Amino acid sequence: MSKNIIRPYGDTLNDGKMQLSFSLPVSCDALGKEAARKLLLQMGFDEAEITAMNDLTEGFTHFIAYAVTSTSVDISKIKVKVVDTPVMTMEETDAFVAEHLGRKITVVGACIESDAHTVGIDAIMNMKGYNHRYGLERYHSFNALNMGAQVPCEELLAKAREVNADAILVSQVVTQKNIHIKNLTRLIELAEAEGLRDKMLFICGGPRLSHELAIELGFDAGFGAGTYATDVASYIAITLAKSIARK
Amino acid sequence: MLKLDLNKEMVSRARKAASQITNAFLWLFDGYTTVTTERTVLRLMGIDGALKDGKPLPNVVVDQLVENSALQKGAAIWVANAMLKKGFTAQQVAEAVACNGLELTQISLASGEEILNTLNPIVEKMLGHITAQKQKREELLAEYQPRPKPAIYVIVATGNIYEDVDQARAAAREGADAIAVIRSTAQSLLDYVPFGATTVGFGGTFATQENFKIMRKALDEVSREEKRYIHLTNYASGLCMPEIAAMGAMERLDMMLNDAMYGILFRDINPKRTLLDQYFARMINAYAGIEIQTGEDNYLTTSDAVEKAYTVTASQLINESFAVLSGIKPDKMGLGHAFEINPELENSFSYELAHALLTKTLFPDSPVKYMPPTKFASGNIFHTYLLNAMFNFAGQLTEQGVQLLGMMTEAIHTPHLADRFLAIENAQYIFRAVKDLNQNLCLSEDSFINSRANEVLAQATEFLERVAEEGLFSAMSKGEFAEIKRPENGGKGLEGVFMKDGDYYNPFMESMKQELKL
Repeated sequence: MSKNIIRPYGDTLNDGKMQLSFSLPVSCDALGKEAARKLLLQMGFDEAEITAMNDLTEGFTHFIAYAVTSTSVDISKIKVKVVDTPVMTMEETDAFVAEHLGRKITVVGACIESDAHTVGIDAIMNMKGYNHRYGLERYHSFNALNMGAQVPCEELLAKAREVNADAILVSQVVTQKNIHIKNLTRLIELAEAEGLRDKMLFICGGPRLSHELAIELGFDAGFGAGTYATDVASYIAITLAKSIARK
Repeated sequence: MLKLDLNKEMVSRARKAASQITNAFLWLFDGYTTVTTERTVLRLMGIDGALKDGKPLPNVVVDQLVENSALQKGAAIWVANAMLKKGFTAQQVAEAVACNGLELTQISLASGEEILNTLNPIVEKMLGHITAQKQKREELLAEYQPRPKPAIYVIVATGNIYEDVDQARAAAREGADAIAVIRSTAQSLLDYVPFGATTVGFGGTFATQENFKIMRKALDEVSREEKRYIHLTNYASGLCMPEIAAMGAMERLDMMLNDAMYGILFRDINPKRTLLDQYFARMINAYAGIEIQTGEDNYLTTSDAVEKAYTVTASQLINESFAVLSGIKPDKMGLGHAFEINPELENSFSYELAHALLTKTLFPDSPVKYMPPTKFASGNIFHTYLLNAMFNFAGQLTEQGVQLLGMMTEAIHTPHLADRFLAIENAQYIFRAVKDLNQNLCLSEDSFINSRANEVLAQATEFLERVAEEGLFSAMSKGEFAEIKRPENGGKGLEGVFMKDGDYYNPFMESMKQELKL
């Protein structure tokens, strides 16, 4: 096999071994176990072995399985979209903005629509930040406005227009039934209708968001789990500086 | 035994300051009412149902009284008066208001005595029903084995009450002692309680009386088969605290999330509105024998758990003091705290033990509610599973009252069926393995754990004394709590606060106060 074509690694290169865990609406017995094994075989796995099953009661069973896949991927053919701006410290960002923009950057952030979970937006925006990375409120170069939880898209856009924002930050933590996709799509549609979409950067973040998904939804950038204020601040500062340089 | 040596003088100073803070609100409790308080009275009088557009009848009646500037007397008087003059039941009065344009304030008021005579049997009937529900719970608990310490508490949050039932039954059979049905994420800001069974919602479905009834029935069945009383929990929080408490009392919920300040700080609900609503909600919970639970864990999800540990202690003491004013006894005060310290911190577990022991020692009779790691739970489910194991270890070692189990998929999605099973298996193993370990251990003299607990206590005391001096509303407006500024006249729901007239009457509150000796 070419070096670019890879399979899962258990304990030998390209042995294709994977661990799996799932539940079925089936009784916890020999029949259930065989149902789980058959499912894996039909998924294309070989050597499917159910190593544990737990009775979840009420007619449900949880399975832990190991199986072998013969599927491989060619990593030379993969292109991923990632935020590729370098990450600067708070001090570096402040200095960068002073040099390249010569003014403060205004950012308006919120958890939109039904989402009441502010941990994400707070971690990025609040003074305190998260895990020893200060939030945008602490940056000299940022004028950060955190509108908090359950902010209707209309209000967020109105505020962004009012303060002439450079960027809008939206956090979506609740993702049940893909509510985050609906909320984010609504924001972009409204922004387009109001002619705001190209006037500022639209950035979203949350545990189930990626840059790729964000681009697909019409945002400029998306940040997933493990993001700090430094990532977001650097991206905004560098992207704004580039667009000014282009003009 | 692991025992803290707390500075007793500091403990009494802290309690004194907390009581000074809460007792400063007697003017508010005595002088004001709210729209949801009055809707609660109507629900307790037997008014239920909703219009086609979903507007509940208690809202229809209260809105009419507000429009006519008549709520200051309390809704009970107007509805009782209409019952008397029209020969209607309370429900018929509400329906006439909703459908036939009956104007309650256009009917001339009968004498106080006649109105009392109309209200008394209704009040007696409802309070009799709530008392019977309380007795039923006590009988069932006496019949089965007592609740273990810590009790295993898990949440269901499918967004569909029937799906919730399946998952709750499975969790109960797997070993859960308490099931919390999570509400839809936006419900706390609704100024009405939706009607009927619901199969929609995000991050949970709605708290409605019908949903309470459906889940209670399912858990009663499992209780009988498993010979364990399965406790049911919901949320008496947001803009409809007392209404939800009343629904829970009628349908025999056993626990209610019911924090005095959570709505103000974390949902931006008006401070006066929240304090008034929690006052009546907690009184209903006290009367119904429902265990309240408070939300101190929220302070630690927004701030550093070591640096701000004292805010938990301070909030617990304020919550305790407000609960006392509503007649709640210590054994029904499930004060909250959480295991949220950064796992990268050296000796983080010693800090956690110090904080957990401090809570346990300050509130020895309280079924303290211990919340799991969430801030440092990540998509690495294996790591989160380990964090949860350490959390369970701390919970049993310090004998917390209620252990809200952490889910290894906390940072990813609402729990899958198997996540809950694995969490219960984790907790059961650890609880069994270290059951009596505590009896074999003691803290060394000058232990870090003891000095840390005293340090947090001292910080909490100093903070409470500062707030007592300044006043709670003023302190909140300056961002002293959770680093969030909440002005006295800001936030949602202030328009639903009304000054009472001299002849204001809330028959249920009066009877409950008597019974609770307030």
